[in-house]
Amino acid sequence: MVTDPAPKIRIQDVTYAYDDAAALRNVTLDIPAHAITVLFGPAGGGKTTLLRLINRLNDLVEGTRMSGQILLDNEDIYAPGVSVTDLRRRVGMVFALPLPLPGSVRQNVLYGPRLAGLRDQGRADEILFRSLNQAALWEEVKDRLDDSASALSGGQQQRLCIARSLALEPEVLLLDEPTSGLDPISTAKVEHSLFELKKDYTIVIVPHSVQQAARVADHAAFFLMGELIEHQPEKKLFTAPQKKRTEDYVTGRFG
Amino acid sequence: MKRVLMQRVGFVLLGLLALVVVLPILLVIGAIVARGAQAINWEFLTAMPRNGMKEGGILPALVGTLLLTLGTAVAAIPVGIGGAIYLSEYARDTWLTRAIRLAIINLAGIPSVVYGLFGLGLFVLFLQFGTSILAGSLTLAIMTMPIIISAAEEALRSVPTEFRTVSASLGGTRWQGVRNIVLPQALPGIITGVILGLLRAAGETAPILFTVAAFFLPRLPQSPLDQTMALPYHLYVISTQVPGMPADVQYGTALVLLALVLSLNLIASVIRSYFRRRREW
Amino acid sequence: MKNKNHLRWSEFLIQTLIRVLGFSSIGFVLLIFLFLLREGIPVFFQVSPTNLFGTRWYPTFDLFGTLPLILGSVLVTVTAIVIAVPLGVTTAVFVREVAPNWAREVLKPMIEVLAGIPSVVLGFFGMTLLAPFVRETLGFPTGLTAFTGALILAYMALPTIISVAEDALDAVPKSYRDAGLAMGATQWQTIWRVVVPGARSGIVTAVMLGMGRAIGETMAVMMVTGNAARMPLSLDSIFRPARTMTATIAAEMGEVAQGSVHYHALFGIGILLFLLTFIINLAAATTIFKKRRRGGLR
Repeated sequence: MVTDPAPKIRIQDVTYAYDDAAALRNVTLDIPAHAITVLFGPAGGGKTTLLRLINRLNDLVEGTRMSGQILLDNEDIYAPGVSVTDLRRRVGMVFALPLPLPGSVRQNVLYGPRLAGLRDQGRADEILFRSLNQAALWEEVKDRLDDSASALSGGQQQRLCIARSLALEPEVLLLDEPTSGLDPISTAKVEHSLFELKKDYTIVIVPHSVQQAARVADHAAFFLMGELIEHQPEKKLFTAPQKKRTEDYVTGRFG
Repeated sequence: MKRVLMQRVGFVLLGLLALVVVLPILLVIGAIVARGAQAINWEFLTAMPRNGMKEGGILPALVGTLLLTLGTAVAAIPVGIGGAIYLSEYARDTWLTRAIRLAIINLAGIPSVVYGLFGLGLFVLFLQFGTSILAGSLTLAIMTMPIIISAAEEALRSVPTEFRTVSASLGGTRWQGVRNIVLPQALPGIITGVILGLLRAAGETAPILFTVAAFFLPRLPQSPLDQTMALPYHLYVISTQVPGMPADVQYGTALVLLALVLSLNLIASVIRSYFRRRREW
Repeated sequence: MKNKNHLRWSEFLIQTLIRVLGFSSIGFVLLIFLFLLREGIPVFFQVSPTNLFGTRWYPTFDLFGTLPLILGSVLVTVTAIVIAVPLGVTTAVFVREVAPNWAREVLKPMIEVLAGIPSVVLGFFGMTLLAPFVRETLGFPTGLTAFTGALILAYMALPTIISVAEDALDAVPKSYRDAGLAMGATQWQTIWRVVVPGARSGIVTAVMLGMGRAIGETMAVMMVTGNAARMPLSLDSIFRPARTMTATIAAEMGEVAQGSVHYHALFGIGILLFLLTFIINLAAATTIFKKRRRGGLR
């Protein structure tokens, strides 16, 4: 396992609460660049919340409190004066359910770049090809770029959503159970594209099963009820967990 | 079984009561259509009234109503949609937001004749617009606004939250998400609401009694500061204020007003059902 | 980056604009109240309270007793509500719980159409067809009575009552219904013992909003109630001509000299109407808000 000298993202003592309940308690975690970091554990563990904190999507939620820091390239992303829109362009997000925006495949992929001010047609075509290709979708949709995105199959839609995030050339890609609604073949395609992508991107993924966690992880962090129980390079966490609760979960005794 | 029999009788009774609601509606429309249709011809729609309004046409009233509705639309649509966007996309759940909602509910409940008084006090006298299309349109616009806000807010809220989240996650600002995704998706619902609001304005009499309406003015208005005749007020005038009015003219006028309003109603529901079938979520 | 600054500025401008538009509703309510007060307050200094709340409204003789007008409004509104509520609630029950699909497809647009018919058209219909019918069937000297007005008003309030009551019935959880049916009750019994009581507060809201609509209605009432400002004290008042607050304003404002006592008096009635509907809607709104906070509506 190659360990980068400076982690891409540093999560430092983050505690986060919704109206009534704490979702995350004192979480500290370093996320290395150019690797796949897996956040896993039973539902309600705070994985999705943490993911949404990394690109400040939870800013949209009312009535929440947060303490601690999240650093991206050693800069506090919650510091005053940070542009949230710039942050979200650097940190892309793919959601659990494929959610194409209304409109064509092309419009979906170019949505982000257009908002960022892209006008040039040649550049747009370039982005379109590169992103769809990276998401392993180009071959399947190259003849239907102007068809409605909602006409694609579920698996294609999810890869479209990945392409849509990639179109902004983010540095970090966050994926929240990106294969939860997909069949095994589509799942394999998505996972395969992740392996390709990690050369260029820092990937943080909430997998939809322990098996998937074990398949894709370079690093893994186990969450239980808002707490980070332990984090390790992949091999160790799944073969020799240090904490009893991790072992119980990994071996299927609860969850 | 006695209980089953009771239920059956009960259901029939409910159906009959529903019939009591519906039949008079058909009766009103049927009566006005049947008798009004005889009066309507090209001249009736395009000529000036003559001989104390007993002959000729209703052109100035028709044009007046169209102008008033247009004026109302220009003033009420931006404010109404803007207000709806604020409530649905920007407002957080604070006392201020609740005060706004309360204000809207109350605006919707203020009697139309009170709007008339207000329009007289503010637009006609205080701002010195005089009795004019401008004063009337603004009065009607404020009356129409709560209808547009409520309908538009509902349409905006029915657009799934996830679209906003996706737009934000791709580096979109809140307004960019609203403009590019939410607003286009909510547009059919908003248009429906706008039409329903405007048809209400087109049919109202009380708010224009003291702010625009001319009893008898057989010419077309030249500027927004002109008075004008208007269909609803004209119908009121010829059915209560002018003795010896031929029933044909009355029914004809009623039919034109009714047709105008009901066709707007029809357009609204066609738009609604067409887009409801077509939308992708 | 120039582009970005530009973006932030336009975002800020638009956000400010939308915020202002959002707040405008409050501004309009205040503005309306302000101008009613401005033009209406003088009457309270110009006319003595005993005169103002007296029983005779004859402005030409400087008699500004608003009591017959208030009672006229109350009489017409209450009668209308008595007619409209049972009709409206049963129709809502029919549409929501009982009606076959085709009947629903017919009923709902019909009720929308009713909501769309201009009040002056209904008034015209009331004058020309309903009033003679009332006169002949009931054998009165005139068909232009409080009752005729109430009938028309009842139908004008129906769309509001039906749609709000429908929403209320809709908000009753399906589990209530299932529980009722599971205990061996027929659908009929379940409706009246479980569903309708469960929707009680929503139905009360419906009634209040219908009442607000009825009390503020102007043109139809003015055209069919006969416009006699007399105290409705005897039992048969309902079958005699009456005059409401709204009709008084609409009928007389056109003829008064601006700034006269009569002018201010009409604005005074406007203040009263404004406050009345404000209170009714406030009461209706609080039940709506309570529901919404519990997640009952929508």
